[in-house]
Amino acid sequence: MGYIEFLSEHGATLLLGTVMTLKVLACSIILYVIISMIFGLMRLSNNPIIQGTATVYIEFFRGTSLLVQLFWVYYVLPFFGISLEAFTAGVVALGLNFGAYGAEIVRGGILAVPKGQWEAAFSLNFSPVKRMKNIIIPQIFPIILPPAANLTVELLKATALVALVTVVDLTFEARQINSITWLSVQCFGTALLIYYFISRFILVPFLRWLEVLASRKIGKGGI
Amino acid sequence: MEMGWRWDFAYEILPQMLVATFNTIVAAGVGYVIALVVGLLFLLGQRTPSKIINIINREIVEFIRSTPLLIQLFFVYFVLPQFGITLSAWVCGMITIGLHFGTYLSEVYRGALEGVSKAQWEACRALNFSTIYTYRRIVLPQAFPIAIPGMGNYLVGIFKDTPLLSTIGVAELFHAATAVGGYHYRYLEPYTMVGVIFLILSIPAAMGIRKLEKKVNLAQGKIKN
Repeated sequence: MGYIEFLSEHGATLLLGTVMTLKVLACSIILYVIISMIFGLMRLSNNPIIQGTATVYIEFFRGTSLLVQLFWVYYVLPFFGISLEAFTAGVVALGLNFGAYGAEIVRGGILAVPKGQWEAAFSLNFSPVKRMKNIIIPQIFPIILPPAANLTVELLKATALVALVTVVDLTFEARQINSITWLSVQCFGTALLIYYFISRFILVPFLRWLEVLASRKIGKGGI
Repeated sequence: MEMGWRWDFAYEILPQMLVATFNTIVAAGVGYVIALVVGLLFLLGQRTPSKIINIINREIVEFIRSTPLLIQLFFVYFVLPQFGITLSAWVCGMITIGLHFGTYLSEVYRGALEGVSKAQWEACRALNFSTIYTYRRIVLPQAFPIAIPGMGNYLVGIFKDTPLLSTIGVAELFHAATAVGGYHYRYLEPYTMVGVIFLILSIPAAMGIRKLEKKVNLAQGKIKN
């Protein structure tokens, strides 16, 4: 069977899988960004309980494997009476795992804001909340976006794992088609190309655009 | 079926899990050694004077880096037999992990080489040292400490990605947990134990790397004590 024939027969299925992959990606990006922000700030808190909680969370999720976390959420949580749908379980596991990495990036970004900014905000008698919200946070984006972009590409790759907890995404469909037709080169080759395409021509340009936008907003780099 | 955590069951499966842990460590170690070598090959491809090889090398690295390891595993595992090359799941897994992380390690190497200041090269040129001598005695001894933290991070990274090997049937820790769980129809203890074993092994490793990183930075004079 030629490749064109393969595509005309299974292309639609793979495309459906791609849509699911993009859905998983979008939801887990939203979740991981929120988690990173919260835990990144908690990590810098002066309160030892808040800081300790964040540290334990981050070390736990960075110390164990994503696949283990995913299976734990999907197969073990029902033991405790929490049954999640495959899609939800996948997004939650991805969000929690990448949120832990993201929190460290946010923490680094906040610490990297020049000390003069903190002192200026302090001397102008801004409240701690206002200081964070209006002075520090807007400045961290140009610092955190490059590492966050790398992390987001890693996240796209990691979404492939949700196929193992029965989310019908691109990887799942490719495996399915492979088990029916045994056209492994076509199945997995196409899947690889689709992932590559999403990463190189959609995700990365979008993140670069965000980086430019962020540095423009605080008056760095060009118009 | 009893719902809560059962210690007797956990004890019963512990020996099996520990044997599988050993397999996981072996898999991570072998994969890492392959990745170290592959990383060097990609580095060579990047530094050869030929422009065409540079571009091809970069595209290959870019492709491997932006596609999921899981599908790469399936690709190698299912495609090679179609060309008459039948390898065991272990060999396929090691090759794929080596290739995948080799691309990351080549970046670590590149960063380290670029971290050696240009003046060092110029000084060697002025002293009429040969290129090989310059690398061996001047550049590499300075580049290596810069590369250590990155190299360590990817060792931990490989370790944490070994559970993926279970999908093609490599008998490592996660595979054992799934098998045990399926046999007794109890997933709580096996999967939790996998998580705990990973934590026990990877947190000290990560802490050691952080310490090493600090030491390296200190020795390089980047931060003050």
